[in-house]
Amino acid sequence: MNEKPVIDQEKCQGCGLCVDICTCGALALAGDVVELCAADKCGWCTLCELVCPYGAISCPFEIVVEDEGSPH
Amino acid sequence: MTVQLEFLKGLPYFAGLDEAALVSIRRYVFEKKAERGETLAFEGEPSDVLFFVSSGVVKAFKTSADGKEQIFRIVRPGESFNDVPVLGGGVNLVSAEAMGPVVLNGIKKKDLETIVRERPPVALNVIQVLSRRVQELVALVEDFSFRHVTSRVAKMLLEYADRKAGDGPRLTQQEMAAMIGTAREMVGRSLKNLESAGTIRMERNRIVIADRQALREMAGVT
Repeated sequence: MNEKPVIDQEKCQGCGLCVDICTCGALALAGDVVELCAADKCGWCTLCELVCPYGAISCPFEIVVEDEGSPH
Repeated sequence: MTVQLEFLKGLPYFAGLDEAALVSIRRYVFEKKAERGETLAFEGEPSDVLFFVSSGVVKAFKTSADGKEQIFRIVRPGESFNDVPVLGGGVNLVSAEAMGPVVLNGIKKKDLETIVRERPPVALNVIQVLSRRVQELVALVEDFSFRHVTSRVAKMLLEYADRKAGDGPRLTQQEMAAMIGTAREMVGRSLKNLESAGTIRMERNRIVIADRQALREMAGVT
């Protein structure tokens, strides 16, 4: 499970909304930016992406076809 | 805890007011805290307080008789909720719930009326806030009325799964929404619909197309 939400620390204003909303405990504030402190806990609910007012977090999905196994 | 003048200054309701006016308004404002999941307003009940979100996030939503939830707005710091019932009378049109720990600043209806009477520019600000709210709702109605979002999502999934680029496409729900001209929330709902229908499966950060033919039919692709 190497995939992690992508945090753009230049956009992050450290408001902490994503930390508050994260039910997995995967995010934490480090100084004035947010960090993924426990990537293995992330359940990819995408709520952090939803609430971020600055578009600083992305939870991208890859799209694969089952019978083709791995993507493309 | 004293409500910060800087916070009031940044609210659309009080835009353009000088510090003396804000100090005067501050005496009407009180603070309220709530935890994740706490209901802040119940649909159909009278509402006497206009709330501004100071920190945290609140969702404004309706729930259908069978428990389906439709989020109307995600209310972020600096934004307000309960505006319509407080300004127009009547009951709450939607429910509001804290999505995490929140701090709210509230103003009672009678105090807001006093503020508006004493400071007419606030009335113009209120009109602008409500106009924006109408714009948001019209956009939502447009989505629901004219856009068959699920079939667009299905088509988009097929298109991206078929691409042969070396590295597979990775799309956020926001990007999917932007691609098909709808709201992110509609994409989330469509993905759930497709999953319920058995055409896709959500696996953490992967969308797995489980039944390509059924998805093609949903997409209207022959």
